[in-house]
Amino acid sequence: MSRLSSTLRRPPLARLRGGNNEGVLVLLIAMLSVAVGLVTPSFWSLGTVLNVSTNSLTNLVFAMGVLIVIISGGIDVSFAAIGIFAGYAVIVLANKTGFGAPAAWVGFGIAAVIGLGLGMLNAAAIAGLRLPTLIVTLGTQGIIRGALLFYIGSKVIPNYPPGLDQLSTNYLVTAQGAAAQGAGVTRLSVLIIPAILICVLVSLLLRYTVVGRGIYAIGGDAESARRTGFPVVGIQVIIYALAGVLAGIAGMMHVTQVRLANPYELVGDELDVIAAVVLGGASIFGGKGSVAGTVLGVVLIALIKSSLILLGVPSSWQRAAVGLLLLIGVTAQALSAGGPRRRVDLLAESAP
Amino acid sequence: MGSPEPLLVASGISKHFGGVAALADVSLEVRGGEVHCVVGENGSGKSTLIKVISGVISPDAGAITVGDQSFTHLTPRQAISLGIEVIFQDFSVFPNLTVAENIAMATYIAEGRRTVVPQALRNIAAEALSEIGVRLDLEARAEDLSVADKQLTAICRALAQDARVIFMDEPTTALTWREVDALFHVVESLKERGVALVFVSHKIEEVLRISQRITVLRNGVVTVTGDVADFDRAAIVRAMTGRSIADSSPSPSVHEDVPPLLEVQGLCLKGYFKDISFSVRPGEILGVTGLLGSGRTEIAEALFGVTPPDQGGVSVEGKSVPLRSIRDAMAAGIGYVPGDRLTQGVFLDQSIARNIIAGSIQRLVGRLNLLRRSAADETVTSSAAELRIKMPSPEAPVSSLSGGNQQRVVLAKWLARNPHVLILNSPTVGVDVGSKHEILEMLRAKSREGMGIIVISDDVPELVAVCHRVLVVRQGRITDELVGDRLTEEVILKELAA
Repeated sequence: MSRLSSTLRRPPLARLRGGNNEGVLVLLIAMLSVAVGLVTPSFWSLGTVLNVSTNSLTNLVFAMGVLIVIISGGIDVSFAAIGIFAGYAVIVLANKTGFGAPAAWVGFGIAAVIGLGLGMLNAAAIAGLRLPTLIVTLGTQGIIRGALLFYIGSKVIPNYPPGLDQLSTNYLVTAQGAAAQGAGVTRLSVLIIPAILICVLVSLLLRYTVVGRGIYAIGGDAESARRTGFPVVGIQVIIYALAGVLAGIAGMMHVTQVRLANPYELVGDELDVIAAVVLGGASIFGGKGSVAGTVLGVVLIALIKSSLILLGVPSSWQRAAVGLLLLIGVTAQALSAGGPRRRVDLLAESAP
Repeated sequence: MGSPEPLLVASGISKHFGGVAALADVSLEVRGGEVHCVVGENGSGKSTLIKVISGVISPDAGAITVGDQSFTHLTPRQAISLGIEVIFQDFSVFPNLTVAENIAMATYIAEGRRTVVPQALRNIAAEALSEIGVRLDLEARAEDLSVADKQLTAICRALAQDARVIFMDEPTTALTWREVDALFHVVESLKERGVALVFVSHKIEEVLRISQRITVLRNGVVTVTGDVADFDRAAIVRAMTGRSIADSSPSPSVHEDVPPLLEVQGLCLKGYFKDISFSVRPGEILGVTGLLGSGRTEIAEALFGVTPPDQGGVSVEGKSVPLRSIRDAMAAGIGYVPGDRLTQGVFLDQSIARNIIAGSIQRLVGRLNLLRRSAADETVTSSAAELRIKMPSPEAPVSSLSGGNQQRVVLAKWLARNPHVLILNSPTVGVDVGSKHEILEMLRAKSREGMGIIVISDDVPELVAVCHRVLVVRQGRITDELVGDRLTEEVILKELAA
């Protein structure tokens, strides 16, 4: 009395497509590269690769935090505020007190701790009081940004402590005559190494830990997760605390990279990161998403932005383009989630 | 059969919510290798009893004994570690996780592990599946499974945790006939392994077929308990409702010579149904039956403009009706009570009153398009009285009502519009015997007033009881029309199984 399995193995084409449409993204990136390269042959160069990588770096780390939140069925719009708060505060602290000045890793450590603290603010409201995530993070975004400008500082700081100053000019690869910016040299920061390491760690967390699978479970059905025995509140605290830590580190990376600590930056640029995560296949309805997809999403956004520059499109259109991409990504998700209505194979129902 | 020693005994359980006694001195004894059915109407305390035994809520009084351990109350974790598992109606399956994960994660958590080894997960899942002789693709995501396979996944999850007593809440509600048969096979193999099963149900036919012992609840009190051999259908109904319900009373006859109210000609929707033609006379109750996936629901939704048909014509009272949208259908006087009332039929969090007038708000507004309070109140009061909706107050949310009363609210909403033709999809699924009887009576009363009614159902006794004619739909086509002598349970069952 064994029954045949009702779902057959996935056909090869579907496997190539990947669980979160990673295959589609690879195809999209390849097509875009070919198309832009045909119009502007200088696009095909090592410089473009380095340029896109450098531009993706901080967004990649921000996106890991956002990915975790979105998989759990939430949304985070406070990460940019947490990032710039942490990055700017570290510079101010080092300049004023000398704490963490000589070694860059101390600065990153402090930024991570600040991120953790601010992330716990989100965690307390979301896991503790069960408030809706969008509203909570919108509120904390305002609070964090206001506190930064009022208590920490509102001036642009060009002087860096020696450790971070050194790190900011530490390059992994350098290419001559890069195409993207027209002239000069394109470089890839050594920060790409910790960024990739973070992606690998998040991927392992999501795949091979009970907490990671719990994040998917909560995103799939929070009530079932509770009934199955997942510590839902504990996992939610971990989610928002971790998102805070990642945002702190990403903010520090950004501040290091640009070599000019500006407290007015990042907030307002959340769109790029959220669009990248959604395009990368993370479901805004929760429960789905992968690190690989998110990495591709971040690369796609960076590629599109630098292509637009290369093609001479005014920079004000970049944001519109990213906004459009976000809507396309969400539409694609809504279409594949709600319909087309599952087709009934009328001929399948035959006599027993 | 079964071991003489009970696996689980709940004795003297009482639970009050506010001033209402949900359970009063209820006792239940469950033995290994047996199916014990707990039956009762909606609101009789079945769900509360499950929740008490599984540790979700604490009882005010009573004791739960498992083996030689006795407890005044349990926590969910305790219940699970004692081998008590509940499979809820929604199965608590994660749609986005694989079958293997769904089956094995709970075991992982219970063992306090922190890391996941995919191969170990698959082994746990495969073992649970083989215990009941079922094969499922371990890597398939649960959302791609049929309802029956989701249920099997939930059963395997319980087995993976060494469940000794499995409670199943309305396990057959969403299954097709063939799937129910398959489930009952699985239940047999569980019984052989000494597992105790508790079915919570109000489907009497199934109760009689599968169970060894029965406990009947009414208003939080056990009215009767004993071996299934001592019961027949009528006895169970009496114990559940406290009264005898006649199985069927004839529907009023229809005049053959009146022109049809609704005429459907050659309706087609690619991939779903083809060449659907029939008519409904005033005062006629037409049944449409077929298996899940036969196209019966799609035909109803096409007639209501939800998914407009590709071809074919529909006319109401001789006038051709375009069916491009739900608005078109409503303007033509067609009403539709969907099968899934919870997601499609009511606004759960809104008040009963608002739900009742939601469909007829256009006729309740006065000048300036403002709602006429008195007219609205009057509609609510008369609907509630006509359909005998038991409610604390018209302002209470629909979610506070039992299944049967929720369904009456959906009906009230449509009847307040006074449609010419009312289409009902599975109108009594998840509705208790008493409410079912009243809903069918109400349909007869409406047909007497001249309304044309289409009932889509696979509840065979219900079709025979209420319909004048029954159309059989198979593979998207009408394959037979049953009327007169051929309108019997045996013929319909044969048609469905063919």
